[in-house]
Amino acid sequence: MTAELAVVGAGPAGMAAAVLAAELGLAVTVLDEQDLPGGQIYRAVERAAPDSPLGADYLAGRDLVAAFRASGAAYLPGAAVWHIDPDGTVSFGRDGRGAALRARHILLAAGALERPVPIPGWTLPGVMTAGAAQILLKSADLVPEGRTVLAGQGPLLYLVAAQLAAAGAPPAALLDTAPAGNRRAAARLAGAALAGWRSLARGLRLLAAPGLAGIPLRRGVRGLRAVGRGRVEAVAWDGGELACDLLLLHEGVIPDTQIGRALQLAHAWDAAQWCWRPVLDEWGGTSLANVSVAGDGGGIAGAAAAVLSGRLAALAAAHRLGRIDAAERDRRAAPIRSALARERAFRPFLEALTRPPRSVLAPPQDDVIVCRCEEVTAGMIRRAARLGAQGPNQAKAFTRCGMGPCQGRLCGPVVAALMAETLGRPIAEIGAYRPRAPYKPVTVAMLAELAG
Amino acid sequence: MFTTRRDAAAATVAVTVEGRTVLVPHGASAAAALLVAGIGATRDTPVSGAPRAPYCLMGVCFDCLAEIDGVPNRQSCMVAVRPGMRIARQRGRRRAGPA
Repeated sequence: MTAELAVVGAGPAGMAAAVLAAELGLAVTVLDEQDLPGGQIYRAVERAAPDSPLGADYLAGRDLVAAFRASGAAYLPGAAVWHIDPDGTVSFGRDGRGAALRARHILLAAGALERPVPIPGWTLPGVMTAGAAQILLKSADLVPEGRTVLAGQGPLLYLVAAQLAAAGAPPAALLDTAPAGNRRAAARLAGAALAGWRSLARGLRLLAAPGLAGIPLRRGVRGLRAVGRGRVEAVAWDGGELACDLLLLHEGVIPDTQIGRALQLAHAWDAAQWCWRPVLDEWGGTSLANVSVAGDGGGIAGAAAAVLSGRLAALAAAHRLGRIDAAERDRRAAPIRSALARERAFRPFLEALTRPPRSVLAPPQDDVIVCRCEEVTAGMIRRAARLGAQGPNQAKAFTRCGMGPCQGRLCGPVVAALMAETLGRPIAEIGAYRPRAPYKPVTVAMLAELAG
Repeated sequence: MFTTRRDAAAATVAVTVEGRTVLVPHGASAAAALLVAGIGATRDTPVSGAPRAPYCLMGVCFDCLAEIDGVPNRQSCMVAVRPGMRIARQRGRRRAGPA
């Protein structure tokens, strides 16, 4: 199998890139883990009812999905990419079989994941992410039974609260953990944010939604913990407690950098978004000439920005592969860049408003589990740092953190923050796990098929 | 723990969860079926035997590992349900060779 452009991920960035690249004459193949295009934000949007409780912003994704379906790009749903060679070979599993695709250029559009929320009790059954509840609603029309409490902060938390209410399953409460200083810090950035007023208005509308839906809202919540024996029975915080059957946590999203870090692309620590992101040029180009990144996987900027960055990456790929000259690339890019600047204008305001509390980034309690897979606690990471471990990769050897099936996807940011704190050094120096293939589970039979 | 929302089409895909027949909506994952079945913990961990259930549902956390049609340690959130699918709790670590 060959392609000129292989796109990993069929969310807004991947779909938009595929549409434009195909239009420019490139042979495009899109690989995506899901069964339907849309990414997490437009997940299963093709199947959504016109009166879906998920709302108009969600349903708007149907146009992009339809354009993608009509684009002529080859689409491989249900494909789990488990290795990419720098020479452009993409290995993946699909329908239980192994396969490989050779591509002249690769665009990583892997999107974002929800930031880990390591509070006491977060491994109990009945504690999930807010995004998980939204996925159940989008893909299968499922809503929680019993008492649901949402806790954390950020636009998605409020959006899920409003969507659950619209779907007939209003949450019992929303606990907002944003530190009090966030609003003051954000206010100083409000002027610049007005350039992106559409996005800003959308965000502010969301923040007002729980009040409109009659969901009890408590601000300034600290010391959050999930309580229960064998499953969550209550959520507690400093000064309060509520019985619940389901606790949905959310503290914002961070780029999914797993594949890019395995490829050893240059990454930089983003202090404003508190996450690692690949170092990108103005076209999404990385430190490898044949690999680009678009969308939230390159830094969180939202779905509209993801579409635009996907188009820029498509233009650059078409130029690199000889389909358009530099003048045409630049001419087509100019309006996209203006729109992208408007989309990004309000991010600093939103980032300041939704900056996670310190306790989420580096949990203060030594007995909190940090690595869910290997059940490594914050105290064990601190001890490893005091014993001489200098970064996450050494902590892994000391404690097995990051060595389980998730390969450090969830514990990575927390381990790095705990080590930085213990060693008194900036996270940028502490570094990140070096993930290795297979990025996703692969069977021996799939490997054998590749060889044969 | 989860149920079909009001006004939605009835769940029509019959699968078995821990030997019991459960109807789940078209488009649901095996992890969703575990949640609809309401069995609480859907696995226990290889390290301490602690109870767990799906957490992220988007392929990141691996806490939804389950035995699907006899194959252990599948990421159940990444597997769409099919009629007759057999889904069971993942008990601790996978054992090599015959039990």
